[in-house]
Amino acid sequence: MSAVISAQNLRKSYARQEVVSGVSITINKGECFGLLGPNGAGKTTTLRLLLGLIAPDGGELELLGEPVPRHAREARLRVGVVPQMDNLDPDFTVAENLLVYGRYFGMKDSEIEARIPALLEFANLTHKKDAKIPTLSGGMKRRLTLARALVNDPEIIFLDEPTTGLDPQARHLIWQRLRELTQQGKTLLLTTHFMDEAERLCHRLAILDQGRIISEGSPRALISQHIEPQVVEVFGERAGQWARENAAHYAGRFEVSGETAFCYVSDAQPLLAHLQGHGELRYLHRPANLEDVFLKLTGREMRE
Amino acid sequence: MNHFSLPRLSLRFIPIWRRHFLVWKKVAATSIIGHLADPIIYLLGLGYGLGSLLPEMGGTSYMVFLAAGTVCYSTMNSASFEALYSGFARMHEQRTWEAILNTPVTLDDVVLAEILWAASKSLMAGMAVILVIWLLGLSHSPLSLWLIPLSLLAGLCFASIGLIMTALAPGYDFFMYYFTLVITPMMLLCGVFFPVTQLPPLLQTVSAILPLSHAVDIARPLLNGALPPGATLHIAALAGYAAAGFYVSLVLFRRRLSR
Repeated sequence: MSAVISAQNLRKSYARQEVVSGVSITINKGECFGLLGPNGAGKTTTLRLLLGLIAPDGGELELLGEPVPRHAREARLRVGVVPQMDNLDPDFTVAENLLVYGRYFGMKDSEIEARIPALLEFANLTHKKDAKIPTLSGGMKRRLTLARALVNDPEIIFLDEPTTGLDPQARHLIWQRLRELTQQGKTLLLTTHFMDEAERLCHRLAILDQGRIISEGSPRALISQHIEPQVVEVFGERAGQWARENAAHYAGRFEVSGETAFCYVSDAQPLLAHLQGHGELRYLHRPANLEDVFLKLTGREMRE
Repeated sequence: MNHFSLPRLSLRFIPIWRRHFLVWKKVAATSIIGHLADPIIYLLGLGYGLGSLLPEMGGTSYMVFLAAGTVCYSTMNSASFEALYSGFARMHEQRTWEAILNTPVTLDDVVLAEILWAASKSLMAGMAVILVIWLLGLSHSPLSLWLIPLSLLAGLCFASIGLIMTALAPGYDFFMYYFTLVITPMMLLCGVFFPVTQLPPLLQTVSAILPLSHAVDIARPLLNGALPPGATLHIAALAGYAAAGFYVSLVLFRRRLSR
């Protein structure tokens, strides 16, 4: 496998505060790579560094074989970007947005126009070809932004929180499209704070906190590396008191957050048998997931 | 990526200019009517109203005197509005620049396109006034055709200066300062409505360095069929303002957008 993004020890400070503190990432061709992290962890700044939109204070970086930021322009010819906030042109129709955007890549109008029908079909927007942007729903705008990022047939697509603010139907459609792109051999780099999204889509991911990568690997590997395989969530008014008195007896590790006690166990049977005898407590038994890893590594406190 | 490095110019501004033009095309009819109606109203209103009280000014009728000023302030206004309000909308509110900068286009290209587009709007505004001047029979000299390239040059100058404000602006309200403290005084000090010689000496000195004066000093003789004295200096001054404004605004935009 060949690396399409390779970054070593990237650093970036704003106003003497280091936002990215030595990030190293290697992403291989055809991979879907996720960058997870709480708000303010440095995800968007890392993406901007990788795209060559800002210059790092230190570190080495290659994007598609080009040194960045020195040859960022050449590299970005072969990259598509789905930004966090919609920035479609509100004065234009759906098709005009694609045409105008393709021109920024130096494409001829005829070349772009030949690609538009397939892009619209990919985005399920064929029937909206001549619609103005303000008339589109949030999901349609996101799909158009994704189609716009594909106008130059890029090798890598950067997606900054691609499904934030979308309803479940719209999210599932985006996920399906992203899977199609990886099947076509495209490399995807996405940031998200939806753990189910990362678990479903990403081959590999890195958890970023306070500007550093604190863990990296496949979703399964991260779960098995950091978390016991089973989780029993016990909730209700008396869950906290119950946990303080009993949880340590049944679970190697437990945490109380609000009115929920999270018990991490290898074998859930003894705990479940105990809980069946306490009708006043409700509980949920489930396999460990990426969210458990994320919360263990980055803590439960709010980041604001 | 040093903020102070010189602008790197390329032809990549063309697709951005075309984007702005395509947006304009959708409201072209309204825009053109505005460009034509505004000078007609001013020239006829002030020209007949004030002109009947002031039978002659600078050796011509007041309406002819006012015509040269109207060409210049129209180009100033249209470039300034485009660079400030529309430019800010594209940079900040609509995030159009952000979308463009994710492609192989650089900030230098984006800022150059803004200046050239705002200057294009000046060119249209200037041509509309010149058309009105001809229709009203206020100038019969073929030299008045030179006001067309002058509109473009003045547009480049005022667009570049205006973009400095756009780069510094926290919001739209900020532009009030520029219009009240820069644009309006320039309109009154630079010989648009009355000869600069009517001003006290100190204000005449101030007037002489303002860009609008240089434009008016070129435009007025040309409309009367004479070659403007000191034209090279005036052209150099306008071009100098344009170049300096481009560089300063680019440095400020680089700083603002690298955060």
